Amino acid sequence: MSVNNRHVLSVLVENQAGVLSRVSGLFSRRGYNIDSLSVGVTEDPAISRMTIVVRGDSYILEQIKKQLNKLIDVIKVIELDKDRSVFRELMLIKVNARENTRASIIEIVDIFRASVVDVSSETLTVEMTGDEDKIEAFIDLMKPYGIREIVRTGLTALERGSKEIQSYKKYGEED
Amino acid sequence: MKAAEAIVKFLVEEGVDTVFGYPGGYIVHVYEALRKSDIRHILVRQESAAAHSANGYARVSGKTGVCIATSGPGATNLITGVATAYMDSIPLVVLTGQVPSSMIGRDVFQEADIKGATESFTKHNYLVRDAKDLPRIFREAFHIASTGRPGPVLIDLPHDIQAADIPYSYPETVHISGYKPTVKGHEGQIKRALKAIAESERPLILAGGGVNLARAHTELLYFSEKSGIPVVHTLMGKGAFPSNHPHYVGMIGTHGFSYANEAVSMADLVVFIGARIADRTAGGTQILPENMRIVHIDVDPAEIGKIVGTNIPIVGDLRVILKQMNEKIKKKDTSAWLETLRAMKTEETYETGRLVNPKKAIRILSGKLSDTAIMVADVGQNQFWAARHFEDLPGRKFMASGGMGTMGYGIPAAVGAKIAAPDRQVVAVCGDGGFQMSMFELGTIAANEIDLKIVLFNNSHLGMVREIQNRVFGQNSHTALDKNPDFVMLAKAYGISGVRVEKDEDLKSAFDQALSHKGPFLVECVVDPDESTL
Ligand SMILES: Cc1ncc(C[n+]2csc(CCOP(=O)(O)OP(=O)(O)O)c2C)c(N)n1
Repeated sequence: MSVNNRHVLSVLVENQAGVLSRVSGLFSRRGYNIDSLSVGVTEDPAISRMTIVVRGDSYILEQIKKQLNKLIDVIKVIELDKDRSVFRELMLIKVNARENTRASIIEIVDIFRASVVDVSSETLTVEMTGDEDKIEAFIDLMKPYGIREIVRTGLTALERGSKEIQSYKKYGEED
Repeated sequence: MKAAEAIVKFLVEEGVDTVFGYPGGYIVHVYEALRKSDIRHILVRQESAAAHSANGYARVSGKTGVCIATSGPGATNLITGVATAYMDSIPLVVLTGQVPSSMIGRDVFQEADIKGATESFTKHNYLVRDAKDLPRIFREAFHIASTGRPGPVLIDLPHDIQAADIPYSYPETVHISGYKPTVKGHEGQIKRALKAIAESERPLILAGGGVNLARAHTELLYFSEKSGIPVVHTLMGKGAFPSNHPHYVGMIGTHGFSYANEAVSMADLVVFIGARIADRTAGGTQILPENMRIVHIDVDPAEIGKIVGTNIPIVGDLRVILKQMNEKIKKKDTSAWLETLRAMKTEETYETGRLVNPKKAIRILSGKLSDTAIMVADVGQNQFWAARHFEDLPGRKFMASGGMGTMGYGIPAAVGAKIAAPDRQVVAVCGDGGFQMSMFELGTIAANEIDLKIVLFNNSHLGMVREIQNRVFGQNSHTALDKNPDFVMLAKAYGISGVRVEKDEDLKSAFDQALSHKGPFLVECVVDPDESTL
């Protein structure tokens, strides 16, 4: 994916104290722009996986991959292609909802296959997952009602098909 | 076994015979274990010197240098030395004491987050959370420090961890899934490189510090001789290729020789070998013409393409790659190209002025030093007087803090060098500024009877900064070192002999005296502050 020079990196790291700081520190130190970073443990509890959305031209991207690979705790770095991967993000959004608007909001929520997770006399809280376009579109539609709060997890992504990240060569390895 | 004793045993397992350090409350268990061991501990006078000495020791011995400090201020004092080692890819294992595990994060007495602080200039670092991890961590630390692109690895040891009881074991092997440095060069890339070399008309080898680190001198010499390709080098690559060889051109960079820089711009293909082509080398890459073909050989793939675009990258251990290439490289007829380069070379002339000419001083000293002498330069004008006028005969060694340019590096690094190679002559060259950043080490030198010679170029100024100010602003300020002490008398206070030289004609006898003297010796040369670097 390289719309607006944005790239999605999937990074396997040792699940150890300090890894997150090392990776995020690398980005700030070297002046790389990062849009989002999400992290969680994998099928192997000793290994975590990060999804990092970065911005930069091909030179910057190359540098980011190489510098990430230099970190001892980083096991593998791959770039995920938009067309061959599933991109998802989770958002919780709290919008103003009165008697007269509640029904129309719920209609939109249904169309987007999102779900209402909390209701108050003044607000609705909606949970939705989707790729970025879907989330942005939903936010746009909620704007007229008045958005109170948004929280997003940042992108998380996986390649389609049966291939696994572990089967990729380490960056820099050649055949 | 007590963890601290296990730690010292790990050091012995790793072949460590000397460590440089400074104790304190939160590293006492390790020190107690050291007391009972055969490891030699050099007590420095400030922790920064422990890191620099371990650095000098590593560069000369080829082994991993080890330094130790206590928590808090001890650890933070090490920082400059660790960063210096990182920038020059020097293998170090750095041990720091830490407050007890239960108190970490509470800003208790002498607590400093040294792991966080050194994150960006260690190759890797550890804060030990569980004493049972110690064997794995030490094994990994020495492996990481010394393989691939070498660098410092820090292990932070909480007080209670040092005192814990663990079953002794030391792993035979290391397994780190994210760390498998490439050793052998890619055959296809090597083939492409050889083809490009064969097609070139004016090929040039640019040797960097990686050649010295990989100890690939023999392989490089053979590569150049077999192929006929001439050699330039960076500051850190000084000594990679003998300066008395017909293929030797000279040192490039902002403070290199203009004919060597010119040689680079005239070449149609350059083989970078273990050179990261830093800004000070390539002068913002201006000397590299657009259409030049570049073969870049380096152990660190991240250095390739970082500063200049590369046509043919080869990643791996330089020694191994050069051996692979040497099997196939064909002789080129480079006689016309060599002749052109030879004609461009200008002979140095050394004028005599009112005070000591430092360039001439280094040349005279170089002529008197043995074939295996080691020269360690500090930072500033003195560094380039030394680098430009000390002859790299085969078997000699030149060292300096290239990447960081850390003043105060020279003397402690020379201490480490001398301890690593007691039979070789070791000379530290410094300015009056840099000397005063490490002059406390006269204590270490005296106490341990380190037989090294110090050449101090006293221009009563921070010469290099003053020179820049004069050039850029037409005037200078804040660089005069007024009321400098009497350095010879200062050395005497430590029981170290010395002489002051004010005229070129006295240089020879001063150096003779220094070199024949048994034990440390200071030669202070009084230099005109207007003396230029180049
Ligand atoms: C620790 C440190 N502080 C400051 C500098 C900036 N600096 C570079 S050269 C120099 C002057 C060095 O003066 P001196 O040691 O007397 O050597 P000279 O240049 O006169 O030979 C200074 C201050 C530095 N490189 N390192």
